[in-house]
Amino acid sequence: MISVQTEEFDLALEYKQLRQRSGDAGAIVTFTGLVRELYEAGSDAVDNKIRELTLEHYPGMTEKCLQDIVDEAHSRWSLLATRIIHRVGPMRPGEEIVMVGTASSHRQDAFEAAQFLMDYLKSRAPFWKKQDTGHGSHWVEARESDADAVDRWQVDSKVS
Amino acid sequence: MELKIQYFASVREAMAREEETVRPPDTVATVADLVQYLSAQDASFADLANAENPLLVAINHSVVDRNASLSENDEVAFFPPMTGG
Repeated sequence: MISVQTEEFDLALEYKQLRQRSGDAGAIVTFTGLVRELYEAGSDAVDNKIRELTLEHYPGMTEKCLQDIVDEAHSRWSLLATRIIHRVGPMRPGEEIVMVGTASSHRQDAFEAAQFLMDYLKSRAPFWKKQDTGHGSHWVEARESDADAVDRWQVDSKVS
Repeated sequence: MELKIQYFASVREAMAREEETVRPPDTVATVADLVQYLSAQDASFADLANAENPLLVAINHSVVDRNASLSENDEVAFFPPMTGG
């Protein structure tokens, strides 16, 4: 189940619903990504405290990409259910920006699939972050470490 | 050939528009041809195509490389490397 939304989400509720959809799961992994106040990339900046983070995406392509990667995760691991929520639009430090949930019979499938989904979201799904420090705004640059993280899964080119 | 072009994030801002319809000549058959054509039409696009930061391309919602072929009414999107999560 995939959601791309502007609203905040309720992690406890999402966990409960994922669990209900998971049948006889023995393991559920949930990951949440938060908006940080400090962004170290502009370390030479005088003031790099983020006041607001805005997520832009490519409607249509985003949903297709997320569905493709969920399908890929299901083909690689034995999963009972998955959940992805990715927020878009403006958000503030401390807010939750993304959630990935995976359920499986045994923990290894859930752990690995959750990491796979997150690695993919970071650098292969059409989302772009712009941060506003109050002294101007700029687009966040892609990190090589994020590209390396997804490369290690050797994702088929059709899933990108 | 008629193509719908879309721009996102920093590319959208540099182009000062979200989308446009272009009708390149028949000699434009691949993404590489289109990049060359748009660069000749618009200095802002040429700057993006020649910048150090990679300019990514998707045709009909799938990321493709410069050798990909174009077809009538394709939706072609240009954008910087993704930064989700």
